[in-house]
Amino acid sequence: MTEPLLAIDDLNVRFRTEDEPVYALNGVDITIEHNEVMGIIGESGCGKSVTALSVLQLLQSPPAEIIGGEIRYKGENLLERSDSEMDEIRGNEISMIYQDPMKALNPVLTIGQQVTEPLLAHRDVTKDEAIDEAIEMLRACGLADAERLVDEYPHSLSGGMRQRVMIAMGLITKPDLLIADEPTTALDVTTQAKILDLLEDISDEFDMSIMYISHNLATVSEVADRITVMYAGTVAERCTMNELFELPLHPYTRKLIESIPKLDTVHERLPAIEGSVPTFNEPPSGCPFASRCPQYIGSACDEVVPQAQPPGEAYDVEAEHTVACHLYTDASSEKPPWTTEEQTHDSAY
Amino acid sequence: MLKYVIRRLLVMIPVLLGVTVLITLLINLSPGDPARAALGAQADAQAVANLRQEIGLDQPVYIRYIEWVAGVLQGDLGTSIVTGEPVNQMIMERLPATLELSIVAIAITFVIALPLGVISAVRQYTWMDTGSMVFAIFWLSMPSFWLGLILILLFSVELGITPISGRSGTIFTVEWLSYLALPAFAIGARRAGLLTRLTRSSMLEIINEEYIRTAKGKGIGGRAVIYTHAMKNAMIPIATLVGLQIPMVLSGSVIIEYVFSWPGIGRLLVDSVSRRDYPVVQGIVLVYAVIVLFANLIVDIAYTQFDPRVTYD
Ligand SMILES: Nc1ncnc2c1ncn2[C@@H]1O[C@H](COP(=O)(O)OP(=O)(O)O)[C@@H](O)[C@H]1O
Ligand SMILES: [Mg+2]
Repeated sequence: MTEPLLAIDDLNVRFRTEDEPVYALNGVDITIEHNEVMGIIGESGCGKSVTALSVLQLLQSPPAEIIGGEIRYKGENLLERSDSEMDEIRGNEISMIYQDPMKALNPVLTIGQQVTEPLLAHRDVTKDEAIDEAIEMLRACGLADAERLVDEYPHSLSGGMRQRVMIAMGLITKPDLLIADEPTTALDVTTQAKILDLLEDISDEFDMSIMYISHNLATVSEVADRITVMYAGTVAERCTMNELFELPLHPYTRKLIESIPKLDTVHERLPAIEGSVPTFNEPPSGCPFASRCPQYIGSACDEVVPQAQPPGEAYDVEAEHTVACHLYTDASSEKPPWTTEEQTHDSAY
Repeated sequence: MLKYVIRRLLVMIPVLLGVTVLITLLINLSPGDPARAALGAQADAQAVANLRQEIGLDQPVYIRYIEWVAGVLQGDLGTSIVTGEPVNQMIMERLPATLELSIVAIAITFVIALPLGVISAVRQYTWMDTGSMVFAIFWLSMPSFWLGLILILLFSVELGITPISGRSGTIFTVEWLSYLALPAFAIGARRAGLLTRLTRSSMLEIINEEYIRTAKGKGIGGRAVIYTHAMKNAMIPIATLVGLQIPMVLSGSVIIEYVFSWPGIGRLLVDSVSRRDYPVVQGIVLVYAVIVLFANLIVDIAYTQFDPRVTYD
């Protein structure tokens, strides 16, 4: 198999806070192939942003420290690059767009200045050429009034327009990988749909991969080819988008799918998973989901960290489908999944 | 913008009127008789009374005030009781010296404070940060007149590098600098301490903003992130502080002009107060008020250059 475009391998990140350290990522594995949209899903606080920022080494350090793992881009471990060597990658081969377009644009610089910056830094172009390209890219991102907008400041634009500006800024150097960290979360519902359409269009149109991060399974499923489910700084499950809904394996994934609000039912309150994502002050010693898991099977869950692996022959899934759960390891062999009395109502899938 | 400037100029009128009323009251409520002061303690009562009548002191305060304002409106600040010189001329002779000293003091403040503040924010918790902060607090806690005396003792008396006092008639020469350096530094150092701390704290706040991370993520290099993205935002609070500091620089210059025998309007003010030379005092205070108001107008206009969210109309 050829080397994927990006391979995050056993990434561990810790934050040194004033009292106790926080282990935010505990062995994250994610691969992104060429021309693929990889969705990253998980509740907020699962480490999605920390993962994304690690790729471009944009975490504030201190307090963040990458304490283990590799981030291979086209085969090269980016973690071995210095900050100034990373500048050759940032905004050039890998661009990032952020959750809150209100805060991610500089309030005192014009749209034109900000959109052309990556081009001026990485390509041999004049300012005028850069502005022309910026106008073209802003138009391609659905801003018809681009010629006027380049002289405007961010405060005169709506949230949706600003996110389009962010996307244009990310795409202007035609990167190989676009990291989109919850690009629609801060927007209202109609704008969300439009930005999502735009991202879908550009993923078809441009020759590039997208790492699409969201806490909302419904939006990810519209754009992603494959999906990585993250939980508390670990990867719970990884599969193609189709299989995620047909054959979700990890109890956390199943809970996420259940909690998508359905249009045809009346919800008294929005479905959500009870409890909250734990934070670790030392590396986890068991399954991070154990305390909230509806299919908790005993001491193995607390004492052994489950490793990502295919679920075994009993499950008719694609070869790449992996899950990190003791229901599918030897630890559970005496108690096969889905069969116990109190669990039957959960096994509707 | 033009509309805004005109409105600001109109607002100055009541402010200046208030200032003149206040200063007239202050002068007339303070003890001491200018006629007696001019003629000396031995002069006989009749001579003093004659002089009082001659310079209009026998009139009630409000009449004198109205007459003075009428003169000011025609551009005439009156004549000195002591020397008989026109106040306009006395001020115009000395104003350049005061403006020179104040502008150079502000320039020194910027030249010292901005780089130090930026460095200590960018290199937070390193020796450079600690060094800058010690430096800032050192100057901040030093009264400027005392600093002035120390500087004279050190550089003029002990080392003999600079003249003790006075002002050179030249500009942009070594001699010019030798006279100007000490008083300007004595005024500027304290302001520089304040501005260093403000620059550091606003840079620190800005460096943690998300748009700075965005800028880093574009691979434009650390320098461009600081100078293009962070500095322009930091200039907004800095401009505010400078606006607030201008009156302080001027009032600081009054004392320093006195300490260094700098021939500006500050020293003239001190002399005139002790001689009870009321027209001169009133004239100088009015000039100071006008300078402060105009300086603040300029700062407010400069503001729009730094922050596009601020527009005046
Ligand atoms: N600056 C920080 N200091 C300490 N802990 C942090 C910091 N940033 C993130 N974390 C930790 O990392 C975890 C994951 O955060 P994040 O990646 O932002 O989650 P999300 O999946 O919502 O993007 C958080 O729950 C928190 O415990
Ligand atoms: Mg996040």
